Amino acid sequence: MDVQLKRGILDVCVLAAIKSEPSYGYKIIKDMQPYIEMSESTLYTILKRLESAEMLTVQSAEHGGRLRKYYHITGAGLKRIEDFKLEWREIMSIYQFVIKEDRKDD
Amino acid sequence: MTKREFCAELREKLSGLTQTQIDEWVSFYGEIIDDRVEEGVSEEEAISAMGTVDEIVMLILREVPLSKLVKEKIKPKRRLRAWEIVLLALGSPIWLSLLIAAFAVAVALYASVCSIIVSLWAVFGSLVGCAVGGVAAGVFCFCFGFIPSGLVFIAGALVCAGLSIFMFFGCREATKGILWLTKKTVLGIKKCFVGRKERA
Repeated sequence: MDVQLKRGILDVCVLAAIKSEPSYGYKIIKDMQPYIEMSESTLYTILKRLESAEMLTVQSAEHGGRLRKYYHITGAGLKRIEDFKLEWREIMSIYQFVIKEDRKDD
Repeated sequence: MTKREFCAELREKLSGLTQTQIDEWVSFYGEIIDDRVEEGVSEEEAISAMGTVDEIVMLILREVPLSKLVKEKIKPKRRLRAWEIVLLALGSPIWLSLLIAAFAVAVALYASVCSIIVSLWAVFGSLVGCAVGGVAAGVFCFCFGFIPSGLVFIAGALVCAGLSIFMFFGCREATKGILWLTKKTVLGIKKCFVGRKERA
């Protein structure tokens, strides 16, 4: 898959994983595991990128006697998900066209 | 391996990045280990599930831009003393020219490998051109009654077309190879910038 496309998809996947409630690193990886394999270092880079793009914020909270970082989605993050859904509709219609034309050749 | 040992080894092998970056990476991995342990696995199992420290360092290096590593490496760790500045300035005709030469050799090597790929694609292009041209010339000859010449042109065109098909796969693999080599080289260069403790 094209690197830029994959990067964009992974960003949205991470945003989707924290959309309903703030989440933490390990839970994000676990939630995404059935759909996409992601290493801890890749996740960390994505989280940092999204944080600098102000699509999420980080807050530390105490959990079981230690501090755990929770990632909260922002308005810009929610907008990115909505934009992605619109873009994806366009990509899906292109995909349908490609498949239709491909079947004609067969 | 315990979490403490893992974090210490990771910290040591990441030396070369900024202190903040090292702290952030180590804390992130530490947190993941704690979360895995909380799920009921042992500390050792939690660590081995993430891979070896060397594998993790390679994954981290893939994510860190080379420019950041170079910038961090060349940044003086302390204020230079007067004699060090003088020595650097006096030695600059030697070390600077050596540095430029080494850089130029590396760039030239890479450029020559790339130029081989470009020339392979050029050969492919010329074979395709010859195939198309040969067919056109063959048809032209047939139209004007030069049958033997037409046959020679068509045969040549077919040979070129056949060769171009083989050439295409060769060029594609060679291009993939150079991309793979580039990634490996960049990763190798990055590896040179980390994992060595700075002397105080």
